[in-house]
Amino acid sequence: MSEFDTAASRVSALRGRWAVLVGFGVAAVLLFAVAPAVLTSFRLGLLGKYLCYAMVAVGIGLAWGRGGMLVLGQGVFFGIGAYLMAMHLKLADAGADGVPDFMALISSSGVPGWWEPFRSGWVTLVAILVLPALLAALLGLATFRRRVRGAYFAILSQALAAAFAILLIGNPTATGGSTGLNNFVGFFGFSLRDPVNRQMLYFIAAGVLLAMLLLVRQLMVSRYGELLVACRDSEERVRFLGYDPATVKTVAFAVAAMMAGIGGALFVPIVGIISPNDVGIVPSIGLLIGVAIGGRTTLAGPVLGAIAVAWAETSLSEQFPSGWTYAQGLMFMLVVAFLPGGLASLGAVRGLRRKIAAADPTVAAETADGDPAPVPATEPRHAHGGAQA
Amino acid sequence: MDVLVTQVFNGLSGGSILLLAALGLALTFGQMGVINMAHGEFIMAGAYTAFVMQQVLGAAGLSLLVSLPMAFLVGGLLGVLLEATLLRRMYHRPLDTLLVTWGVSLILQQLARDVFGTAGVDVPAPGWLSGPVEVLGFSFPRSRLFILALAIAAVVALSLALRLTPLGRRIRATVQNRQLAESSGISTRRTDVLTFFIGSGLAGVAGVVLTLMGSISSNLGTSYIVDAFLVVIVGGIGQIKGAVIAAFVLGTVQSWVEYSTTASIAKVILLALVVAFLQARPQGIFQVRTRSLA
Amino acid sequence: MSRFPARRSAATAAVLVLGLALSACGSRVDDAGGGATAESCVDTSGDSVKIGFLNSRSGTMAISENTVFNSLELAATQINAAGGVLGKQLEIVAEDGASEPTVFAEKADKLIRDDCVAAVFGGWTSSSRKAMLPVFESNDALLFYPVQYEGLESSENIFYTGATTNQQIIPALDYLKESGVTSLFLVGSDYVFPQTANKIIKAYAEANGIEVKGEEYAPLGHTDFATIVAKVRDAGAAAVFNTLNGDSNVAFFKEYKNLGLTAETMPVLSVSIAEEEVGGIGVDNIVGQPVAWNYYQTIASPANEKFVADFKAAYGAEKVTSDPMEAAYTSLYLWKGMVEKAGSFAVPDVQAAADGVSFEAPEGTVTVNGENHHIAKTALIGKIGADGLIYTEWSSDGPIEPDPYLKSYPWASGLAG
Repeated sequence: MSEFDTAASRVSALRGRWAVLVGFGVAAVLLFAVAPAVLTSFRLGLLGKYLCYAMVAVGIGLAWGRGGMLVLGQGVFFGIGAYLMAMHLKLADAGADGVPDFMALISSSGVPGWWEPFRSGWVTLVAILVLPALLAALLGLATFRRRVRGAYFAILSQALAAAFAILLIGNPTATGGSTGLNNFVGFFGFSLRDPVNRQMLYFIAAGVLLAMLLLVRQLMVSRYGELLVACRDSEERVRFLGYDPATVKTVAFAVAAMMAGIGGALFVPIVGIISPNDVGIVPSIGLLIGVAIGGRTTLAGPVLGAIAVAWAETSLSEQFPSGWTYAQGLMFMLVVAFLPGGLASLGAVRGLRRKIAAADPTVAAETADGDPAPVPATEPRHAHGGAQA
Repeated sequence: MDVLVTQVFNGLSGGSILLLAALGLALTFGQMGVINMAHGEFIMAGAYTAFVMQQVLGAAGLSLLVSLPMAFLVGGLLGVLLEATLLRRMYHRPLDTLLVTWGVSLILQQLARDVFGTAGVDVPAPGWLSGPVEVLGFSFPRSRLFILALAIAAVVALSLALRLTPLGRRIRATVQNRQLAESSGISTRRTDVLTFFIGSGLAGVAGVVLTLMGSISSNLGTSYIVDAFLVVIVGGIGQIKGAVIAAFVLGTVQSWVEYSTTASIAKVILLALVVAFLQARPQGIFQVRTRSLA
Repeated sequence: MSRFPARRSAATAAVLVLGLALSACGSRVDDAGGGATAESCVDTSGDSVKIGFLNSRSGTMAISENTVFNSLELAATQINAAGGVLGKQLEIVAEDGASEPTVFAEKADKLIRDDCVAAVFGGWTSSSRKAMLPVFESNDALLFYPVQYEGLESSENIFYTGATTNQQIIPALDYLKESGVTSLFLVGSDYVFPQTANKIIKAYAEANGIEVKGEEYAPLGHTDFATIVAKVRDAGAAAVFNTLNGDSNVAFFKEYKNLGLTAETMPVLSVSIAEEEVGGIGVDNIVGQPVAWNYYQTIASPANEKFVADFKAAYGAEKVTSDPMEAAYTSLYLWKGMVEKAGSFAVPDVQAAADGVSFEAPEGTVTVNGENHHIAKTALIGKIGADGLIYTEWSSDGPIEPDPYLKSYPWASGLAG
């Protein structure tokens, strides 16, 4: 993989700082000012959903693009975040000591004990931040310590997603089963039926996404970021140098899991439902395609890719129901086989081979009434190929 | 006693199905490190081959026997096509093969839906394979006995071929050390293509026997692919005997846990056991010693 | 290196978010009348009116839901040819639910808020209906849902034109009891419909002296039924009550036959196998087994003969018609009846006019119950014939009034939470 990426060099990072700032500024204007002005409230809600997927994508970009861990089970962490939030919302709707509506319907035994802590909003928020990361850290340490990697890790994470979905479906009294959890009335006291509050949620999602991008950028240009890329390219050498690759990789995996969890937690109030169909094997892999298209090793690529793919799915499936499957299959085939750097690497082909560390995170905000700009071929954040260094 | 015999048999039977689904995978994953997610769709192609053969030939017994080699051919050719168009340029990026073949599998599934319809189709079992047979006072389904026998035959044939034929020697040499094999005059390119042909062909055969067990529809492959990969991972790369042991162990564990709990719990427990097992033996039951650092 | 700019922009973003959050709060949950729902945007000024069809055209449920889509289309074509509804032609907006609850919810939202349809027809799985329910309630729109389901629900905004439990499961149990069955084994997929159905079955069994010898659930898409069927065989119940869904039925019945079990030795009564599914399971594997529905293609009535003939003319002579298809076809005509009775497309008017609206459906006369929004229908137990069609074996005494919460059954008093 080293052929299309090298670690960011500090010099270029310095030079690119202003470009990054401009990029963030443009993204913020598009997300906070342009999109709400031109989109209907329904389309703005859709964009909010895409932003949640984009949060997962940022994490995947870090773990897979920079860390070389093919994470096929991000749906698990997305699902944990989402279900935690959904449980809290259901409990809050039910009132103090109340039983959520779906439980009252199919079970007479009341609220399970492990639900109780999530009556508290603070406990829920902390759990959303901590639990996915903690689970990922445990899994990561267990597998990476034993040097389970590559395909083994990928397939294990995939099997994990399958098991998670089966567990959710099999316990309808506690998780809503195959329907999942939906029908939320309030969000921390605010009515979810009020369009003003729904727009607020969109702003929160946009703000969180930008904050995540900043965090990942800081990680990328830090010493840790270089170590992570080194682990991806040659784990043995990192070990010979005295670092522990297992720890390095686990940190990236945990950060990615945390981002997926946050994305899931925001998905719930924005979309209004979470079901096992959103967390199993298929959605977990589906999250990867946007990252691959946008450019897995870049900062903005995964975000733009995820948003563009989600948008394409919505609009394509509105017109050709079965066409979307072909399109998705073809994208996986062609992009991964022939354009492993994603669209971001097209810039390099066109001759922009200077070491531009700056991203152009022009978020593919929709321009007019649901028509987003085509995925912009972002300039490569890092020059491609060590030979040019 | 009754339960013991039934469950031991169900374990072996479940194992033999897993084994047929995973055998080809053990070969392609083992030799080339290619993670072929479309393997499940090659199984599906085998099942649809059996369906087409039945439409053409009519007689259930004859068409089943004809379907076996035909499905081997269909699966094998699909495999060669995939190898020649996409995978050959990706041997240095094994993880990416997973995503590329996932795309292929999506397309093959949708093709199957558009060609054969979304509704499942049925391939009636021949008379000599339907119903149970009495052995020592216990009754066993004939179709499951047939699958068990076929799985054993496939393993024996494959092991003999690997051990005794020149092609087998080339495959083993390539698995153990690709560079050395190349410099000894083995065309690893041709070996790769042939390995892929055989591995994918075995998927086709698995598809034919699965028509005896369940539904034939576009999502047939997805039901087996993850389990098949677990078998290969537990068995260890590059070893047929590892896959054989892993398949039967997983089949037995599944059937016993399912008997004492529920089918859903059994699947989850099985997975937890696999993760725990990889803690103890990260490289699976057996591992070929190679000289490569990866 | 200096990292100030990045920090500063992070801080800016945080302040921005926080500021917006504080400045632009909407109504709170406990505000009186908070969360005012948007005004309906349905446009009935022209000579056409939009309606939405929401079925899974892709994914695992496409097998079944495509047929429902076709019969809805057939009904719309017929209604348009006969002059439309209140003189307005129906304009169909079709959406794909993709077999995922989340997509159903999103597309329902789109049909209501973006396309401004007068009513939506569709949904199949209980998950899809439960996912759509809050969308219809919060926007005060109408959904017509055409599939039998597990009951314990009645929404002002949904009309249920398939059977509820007292029109399918309880008659099926009555039938088994009348044929002398004294013990049952319950097999189902691991999700809400089988679990709820089995609770009702167990309560019924307890009240009627039927022994339940076992209860097994398989994950959706489960393919190896060796262990479950072995348990069924060893338990030795007089009959099996099957609530498996989809492909699992194929594996189950093949295994059943392989172990030498037949409809004569131990009948399997299924509630999710209709005419289309028989082909995929293989007639050989299921011939003679009983099923419970409210409609079969073989019903002899002028209304049904016309429906079957029209459907085959439109979609091919080899097509079969099934209960959910018929219920979907009927649902569009019932909506037409309600709108014409109300003289208006507005949701409150349609709701007010619903009670007593009746239609000469292919299954027989059906009547809307204005209180719980279900319809009165006749229960039919059929047996699968060698030609793959289903023939009526037993029928209830006329249409059964819908009772989704089973309030009229004393033994069911503990069920509805």
